[in-house]
Amino acid sequence: MRGKSLRGKMWSCLLLLLLALLLMAAGCGGDAGPDDEAADQGEGEVEESVTILLSTTTSTYDSGLLDYLIPVFTEQTGIEVEILSQGTGQALETGKRGDADVLLVHDRAAELELVEEGFFVDRHDVMYNDYVIVGPAEDPAGVKDVESVVEAFNLISAGGHTFVSRGDDSGTHRKELRLWEEAGVDPAGADWYLPAGQGMGATLTMAHENLAYTLTDRATYVSMKDELELEIVLEGDPALFNQYGIMAVNPEKHPHVKYEQALQFIEFLMSEEGQELISSFQVAGETLFFPGLGI
Amino acid sequence: MMNSEPVLQLENLVKRYDREVLNIERLTLHRGKIYGIIGPSGSGKSTLLRIVNLLVKPDQGVIRYFGRSYNGAGDTLFLRRQMTLVFQKTLLFKTTVFENVAYGLKARGFKKREIRDRVYVLLDKVGLRGMAHRQAGTLSGGEAQRVALARAIAFEPKLLLLDEPTANLDPANVELMEKLILDRKMTADMTIAMVTHNIFQARRVADEVIFLYNGRVAEMGNVEQVFTAPQNPQTREFIEGRMIY
Amino acid sequence: MSKLLEGILEAFRLIITLDPYLMQIVRLSLQVSGTAIILSTLLGVPLGTWLGMCEERKTRLINKIIYTLMGLPPVVAGLLIYLLLSRQGPLGVLGLLYTPVAMVAAQVALASPIVTGLTMVGIRSRGREVEEAARTLGASPLLTAWTVVRECRFSILGAVVTGFGRVVAEVGAVMIVGGNIEGRTRVMTTAIVLETGKGHYELAIGLGLILLAIYFVINSLLYHFQKEKP
Repeated sequence: MRGKSLRGKMWSCLLLLLLALLLMAAGCGGDAGPDDEAADQGEGEVEESVTILLSTTTSTYDSGLLDYLIPVFTEQTGIEVEILSQGTGQALETGKRGDADVLLVHDRAAELELVEEGFFVDRHDVMYNDYVIVGPAEDPAGVKDVESVVEAFNLISAGGHTFVSRGDDSGTHRKELRLWEEAGVDPAGADWYLPAGQGMGATLTMAHENLAYTLTDRATYVSMKDELELEIVLEGDPALFNQYGIMAVNPEKHPHVKYEQALQFIEFLMSEEGQELISSFQVAGETLFFPGLGI
Repeated sequence: MMNSEPVLQLENLVKRYDREVLNIERLTLHRGKIYGIIGPSGSGKSTLLRIVNLLVKPDQGVIRYFGRSYNGAGDTLFLRRQMTLVFQKTLLFKTTVFENVAYGLKARGFKKREIRDRVYVLLDKVGLRGMAHRQAGTLSGGEAQRVALARAIAFEPKLLLLDEPTANLDPANVELMEKLILDRKMTADMTIAMVTHNIFQARRVADEVIFLYNGRVAEMGNVEQVFTAPQNPQTREFIEGRMIY
Repeated sequence: MSKLLEGILEAFRLIITLDPYLMQIVRLSLQVSGTAIILSTLLGVPLGTWLGMCEERKTRLINKIIYTLMGLPPVVAGLLIYLLLSRQGPLGVLGLLYTPVAMVAAQVALASPIVTGLTMVGIRSRGREVEEAARTLGASPLLTAWTVVRECRFSILGAVVTGFGRVVAEVGAVMIVGGNIEGRTRVMTTAIVLETGKGHYELAIGLGLILLAIYFVINSLLYHFQKEKP
């Protein structure tokens, strides 16, 4: 009898392996590859559906704008868009290396420089929004009483109030660093300054946990407002303005990129329809992005 | 009494590890006889069996099996299938008793029915009737060694080598194993070479005795003769239990 | 506290109703890690068996290398594969970065040393004795090899299960080479990181519970295998 139970265990292990194999086989059918998409369309002609890889920043991704825009684009053109969400620094690097097809980031100065250097083409100022400073409702630093970012930063650093930074070379992080520079403060190494090294959502969560201040784009904050015990303590300063750019990886540098489809995506976003969609995207009753070029 | 034909002939067999372990000028085993190999530990007894069973390569020497000389190269499988070795430390496979005993038969491509018949007959003979489906790991020492013996003789090897087969058994099982070895001898004319550290066992079981001392054949001959009138002084010393080693 | 309880309850609801987002992530995890462990087994068991049958002193250097690789940090494996597969890397032309294939590759790099090393240890403990016994009984070389593997089957299965446990729970490698792309390269571990960062605890907890359940099954299996060794 014992012999049978041992054999039984061996069989159960083989069954598990088989199960895994079956799952994989089933999965191969489940994951919609481009060919499956074409079959699903059920059209007479065999259409090859292309997928482009969009590298964007975590704040853009977390806002939900792309989940709103992309289905419309895909329906119109049949082009699928997959999203890689990274910090601006890493996104730009990914584009330079040719590991993505199109970029949507927000560091205008860096973008223009890279276009000059020939890494990207067809760059457009697609939309803008603004940053805000958020913090605990009690506002121990008294940021609510001032109008400018520079003043606010000075209050925070002088009082040693906890400030969470992106710390990940993202567009937001780069903006934040420039503002510290303007304020004449170097926060690096201070014990009240916490570089999170993560995306905007995670950074906001950390600020929420620490009841700290942080610089955030309005979009991400609004989309997460319900889960955060943080308030907007400063907004409206022109220095907090945030411009987004869209650009395609230069096919001359990386011939393998899906340039034509990337271009279609850019044209869609820059079209009247696209720009209208952007301005109509709302979270919790607020418009998060404004089309075109800001200041 | 005429000797039957030789099944094993060793000439100038030498094996060295860090010292010379075996140095046999000439040794011949004849068909159908039981040989007891005795000697102090470290005298090369186990090494001798392992060399004969092709598990270890000698440094020099000629071995003739069943009249044919083996030159160390070529297909050994055919040769290996005509002999077998039962180890002192029983190694049964992690499966049923049946599968263990049947192993050699399956390896040689016997048909299922023949395997079944042989295995059950053998299990009966070694006193393990009804245990065919027990897991080998659940057997006692004596039972396991009997299975090992059954496993070895299932395919009727021409040459059966035993390396201290009863060393780890209690007296009752020792007696049982000795009876089986002697019994086997009567129903098939296997040639048996058994290494034992127990000189009394050698006297009980063997036809001829080989006394190995420092890797050399110090004495060899009919069992009664060697025990009552050994020619070599060292043999006498060993048999009388006066040898210190 | 109430938010946490809400999150847990919602997590159970997601699991029981087989929420499609959740299920897709779980399925991808099993596919990626399942494929990786199967490949690692095909690679590691023969290699580990061969090494286990060699004399120990002859394989000392390889032993040290394997033991080191067994402790390879997942992020390092991820980094290596990333550098290999990025367009600017030597294998860039394959365009495999940010695909499940890259994830499988990284996990194979992690699991193979484990399967190889543990198989080697298991075989070494009994392998040569079994080989001798098999040869003594007249087994052909093929049958001998099969017998050795069969005798050590519990060690080998244990090695495979351990390897699987390692890769199904790691996050560093799949994050770096996969990019956590929704629908394409998002697995349980990377999804937990993302959803926790966004404050969507119910999804993170749900995935965490499933991961724990998988681990429980794995450890139960391992326990059985270890018990069988006499």
